[in-house]
Amino acid sequence: MAVRKNQATLSATEKRNFVNALLELKRTGVYDGFVRTHNEFIMSDTDNGERVGHRSPSFLPWHRRFLIQFEQELQKIDASVTLPYWDWTVDRSTTSSIWGADFLGGNGRSRDSQVTTGPFAYSTGKWNINVSVDNRPFLQRELGAGAQLPTRAQVDAVLAMTTYDMAPWNSASEGFRNNLEGWRGQGRIHNSVHVWIGGQMATGVSPNDPAFWLHHCFIDKLWADWQRMHPTSPYLPAAGTANVVDLNDTMRPWNNVTPADMLDHTKFYTYDR
Amino acid sequence: MSSNVTRRLVLRGTAVAVAGAALAAPTAMAATRTATAAMTDHSGHGGHSGPAAFDEVYQGRRIVGKPATGEHAAHGGFTASIDGKELHLMQNADGTWISVVNHYETFATPLAVTRAAVDKLRGATLVPIAT
Repeated sequence: MAVRKNQATLSATEKRNFVNALLELKRTGVYDGFVRTHNEFIMSDTDNGERVGHRSPSFLPWHRRFLIQFEQELQKIDASVTLPYWDWTVDRSTTSSIWGADFLGGNGRSRDSQVTTGPFAYSTGKWNINVSVDNRPFLQRELGAGAQLPTRAQVDAVLAMTTYDMAPWNSASEGFRNNLEGWRGQGRIHNSVHVWIGGQMATGVSPNDPAFWLHHCFIDKLWADWQRMHPTSPYLPAAGTANVVDLNDTMRPWNNVTPADMLDHTKFYTYDR
Repeated sequence: MSSNVTRRLVLRGTAVAVAGAALAAPTAMAATRTATAAMTDHSGHGGHSGPAAFDEVYQGRRIVGKPATGEHAAHGGFTASIDGKELHLMQNADGTWISVVNHYETFATPLAVTRAAVDKLRGATLVPIAT
């Protein structure tokens, strides 16, 4: 069984293997397909229309399936690789090891936000931004410029919520899912991490930054933690809800997987703690 | 917004674009006052009026926003552009706005989210995303 680990605990070899698998998926074009798919859902998920990947109950199972598919692609390159998670309640500095030249590379430079260190710097020739909202071909970051990272206390407050989601099942909902997604509530949890990183991470094409996977892996872990804390709290809505994915409805773009299929992550992987 | 105001802003905008960003602020303020007046004028119409159109130069970029029809109506009924290139906007259930450039942060008006996109672009040009 694959174990997903905290990125802060990875060995030099584990970091290198993860980075090399990312670079290989980028080289073959597989990586950019994930960026494109994510943006298509960002653009089409609306509060009053059909919504699958974002601002809806299936935000968590959709991203769980998306990460599993991506992890499977990484494992075709190197079977030892699993997605690491970034606990931004602990590793909160712009100079934390996650931003080291041996892993995700550092902050963008002041002039144009361009990331110039590490394996995803434009100068390497191996990480051109092809699926973009503008004509800049390089990865950008503005760490800490646009938001605060959520605190552990803010995360704990969201984990204490007992109801998974509520009507109107969108960005205005009360409940665990929307407070974790961060359209409301203290800390704006998931959303504010995107904004804290800045650059492509703040846009619809956020998976251009490999930090996307480590951030969403931690969001996925928080969902698993919440499930363990609230074993009698079900995924909602159960059935018959317009425009959103009920428990046993299939999710686009796969059309063969339901939220119910995604509830137990231990069928696919476990977390190190 | 009247056509006279629009024309004046466009003409001033052309001058500003040549002269640089230093002159952009007064133009932006004029556009904001116009937007406020338009909102007030329609306050008794049960909310169907929506946010006000704008046409100004901000940080040297021509930004235009106006009520939309057709497919854009589902995204809040408003379209915006930066130097003639469409900026994809979406209205949230609470009335705030996001764009494809600032997707995870909400803004009070289409004007505010469009200006925020200009800030993030740092002079870069919007492009349609290849699908």
